[in-house]
Amino acid sequence: MSDTATPTATPDDKTRRDFLLLSTATVGAVGTALAVWPLVDSMNPAADTLALSTTEVDLEPIAEGQSITVVWQGKPVFVRHRTAAEIKAAEAVGLGDLVDPETDKDRVQKPKWLIMVGVCTHLGCIPLGQKANDPKGEFGGWFCPCHGSHYDTSGRIRKGPAPKNLPVPAYTYLTDTTIKIG
Amino acid sequence: MIKTMKNSLKAGLAVLALAGLMTHGAAPALASAAKVELPARNWSFNGMFGTFDRGSLQRGLQVYQEVCAACHSLKLVAYRNLSAIGLNEDQIKKIAAEFEVQDGPNDEGEMYARPARPSDRFVAPFANDKAARASNNGALPPDLSLMTKARKGGADYLHALLTGYKETPPDGVKMGEGMQYNVYFPGNQIAMAPPLAEDAVEYADGTKATAEQLAADVSTFLTWAAEPELEDRKRMGVKVLLFLLVLTAMMYALKRQIWADQH
Amino acid sequence: MSSKFFENPIIKWVEYRLPIFSFIDHSVGSGYPTPKNLNYWWNFGSLAGVVLAIMVATGIVLAMSYTAHVDYAFESVERIMRDVNYGWLLRYIHMNGGSMFFILVYIHMFRGMYFGSYKEPRELLWIIGVLILLAMMATAFMGYVLPWGQMSFWGATVITNLFSAIPLVGDAIVTWLWGGFSVDNPTLNRFFSLHYLMPFVIFALVFVHLWALHVHKSNNPVGVDIKGPQDTIPFHPYYTIKDAFGLGVFMLFFMFFVFFAPNFFGEPDNYIKANSLVTPPHIVPEWYFLPFYAILRAVPDIWFISAKLGGVIAMFASILVLMLLPWLDRSKVRSARFRPVYRQLFWVFVLDCFILGWVGANSPDAVFHGIPFLWIGQTGTAYYFAHILIIIPLISILEKPKTPPESISAAVTQAAE
Repeated sequence: MSDTATPTATPDDKTRRDFLLLSTATVGAVGTALAVWPLVDSMNPAADTLALSTTEVDLEPIAEGQSITVVWQGKPVFVRHRTAAEIKAAEAVGLGDLVDPETDKDRVQKPKWLIMVGVCTHLGCIPLGQKANDPKGEFGGWFCPCHGSHYDTSGRIRKGPAPKNLPVPAYTYLTDTTIKIG
Repeated sequence: MIKTMKNSLKAGLAVLALAGLMTHGAAPALASAAKVELPARNWSFNGMFGTFDRGSLQRGLQVYQEVCAACHSLKLVAYRNLSAIGLNEDQIKKIAAEFEVQDGPNDEGEMYARPARPSDRFVAPFANDKAARASNNGALPPDLSLMTKARKGGADYLHALLTGYKETPPDGVKMGEGMQYNVYFPGNQIAMAPPLAEDAVEYADGTKATAEQLAADVSTFLTWAAEPELEDRKRMGVKVLLFLLVLTAMMYALKRQIWADQH
Repeated sequence: MSSKFFENPIIKWVEYRLPIFSFIDHSVGSGYPTPKNLNYWWNFGSLAGVVLAIMVATGIVLAMSYTAHVDYAFESVERIMRDVNYGWLLRYIHMNGGSMFFILVYIHMFRGMYFGSYKEPRELLWIIGVLILLAMMATAFMGYVLPWGQMSFWGATVITNLFSAIPLVGDAIVTWLWGGFSVDNPTLNRFFSLHYLMPFVIFALVFVHLWALHVHKSNNPVGVDIKGPQDTIPFHPYYTIKDAFGLGVFMLFFMFFVFFAPNFFGEPDNYIKANSLVTPPHIVPEWYFLPFYAILRAVPDIWFISAKLGGVIAMFASILVLMLLPWLDRSKVRSARFRPVYRQLFWVFVLDCFILGWVGANSPDAVFHGIPFLWIGQTGTAYYFAHILIIIPLISILEKPKTPPESISAAVTQAAE
């Protein structure tokens, strides 16, 4: 600082320069910020990944009382053909008994078919209950072995550390017996 | 000071221009083996503001499907990509469903065939390169996904090749068995029979399918297949250059002001 | 940075524990005295630094979507071009950035040669610069292999085979480089690993380069030492704004290629997937290697040294010999402005480098208006070495230079008058 010639400027020059400096710096900063976006956005799901973000499921072969697990966006989705008894049990629960109050009707489009993401809302384990001889927990639905969360026949959390019901993905019926998840 | 800077800048630009000439000059030198000028066409996608002609793209797709696809794959393009050339979801699903892809294994452990979905890539006409050679006299019909980028001259070359067949080779040229004479193919002997005769395709939009028209349309389509980002790239490029021009002008003004006390 | 800035309590607190602000100030701030007469040829070093940063930033995200396997590499690059968000932009920036880096560094080096920037006391600064060039070449070569196109594969095959010219252990070294018996998956994997590593080596070298630069400060167009404060101006704001303006001009040039001619510097053959059974008719390296490629091919059998070994030696020597420049050039006058003979011959040397590049782009058996390229290449190669090893030492002794100005400020005042 001391060993260089110091620039001198009149006050008028100085304001003009300050204004130009500020506006140039702003434009430059905006440009840099815009240039960073492609780097960030390239880490978002790519077009081919997004194209696979829906899954079609044929419900026809699933007998009453049976469940299948399909993969949607890399996650297991439980598709259960519920029995009349299970539907009744699910509908009979009062909202007051629920940790995460939701009626069964809000969780299904057709009572026969329960479709939900099979990832425990506690810490992401996959609950048991898909196979006939799996433990189904105290409420006859699903049971997560990691930390003992019990889900009922509508996939709602009833007991244990999980805070939320098993989430229902967006899905539509393409025909009476095929659905598209996502 | 200013004068020397100006001179230096001028010299610098001269060097850069020379560098440009050098690298560019390499191109004709390399092609010297088959010294034929490619007729340069005025494609709609040329230039800084170039865009694809949607009608031509869709006609080109039709030519690819009805003519080229019998032998040539397009492995890097997915059916879903066709939305970019103006097809709607139903049309895309319909095209995809005409093809079968192998999927599986299913719960029984078997591989099975299912109709292709929009997310699948274009189904190749042959199971593998060996099968492709076996059906084509030992010649391998190359994949067309990157054809315009993989040949010097790009779309111009493709168009010239497709229209460059001669029924009788010039005197003294001895043709190999099953080979065709083509003015623009390196070495002039090509295994592919002339693919585009007049009315080889009946265009859905009623355009007259001259050989010239067919070649132009399929070249346009394959340019899109090779560079699907072309329109986005050029649009963004114009904006980026304009932005940089403004910013650079501002920096120049600022530079002049800051240096004012030094001159 | 102003003294007011350093009085800020937070700045003071940090500064006491880690003097980072005064470090910045003394490196590129108002506390770094810089010759007041630097022209635009002095912009290219900082530009190269910016491009290095751009290459690292785009490279890191490209690596996230790239698959280093012979079965997937080509397709994964095309997936980047087609499916990854802005993937085409990132790849084209990275691809053209390589060429830009070499353009900038070559200009930077020619500037050093013209103005005698390599001379005492900046010998190490120059040598580290040559090391940076070597590291860049290795990085660029390995990066070019990654897309696994035809030129990637055959370029890798040809260049790795150079090492087979080494007597006795050559073949063993090549097998070791490949990790197999041809360029294959193990080769691709190690090239990816090293391509990712090398930029950080370059960063380290750049740091040392800048360290050495800051000891004796920049050379300048008249090539006389800084004699006092009247010869310098603070780096900031004078050269920060000048570099920023230069960066704007350069980015216009760079982005033009990225958006409107992205494959200008490339080869169409590299859009064909690698095929180990078919060699493309003309294998040419990227343009920045062309002069060295010409030197490689120019050397005939000499006595007991085969053309192959001789070519390899000549090619590496052509770069390494640059390190000797500070001692080969004995002239006390740095700047070519005051060396009338050297100045002419400098431009002959530049022209020779371009001619070698042109020869490198052509097939060795091709003929230019009756003159075989081989002959042009041999003459060019001979001149290249003659210039550095004979002409430079000779004229540095024989030439009678003009008297440079007394000082930088005297030169500036003269120019103004």
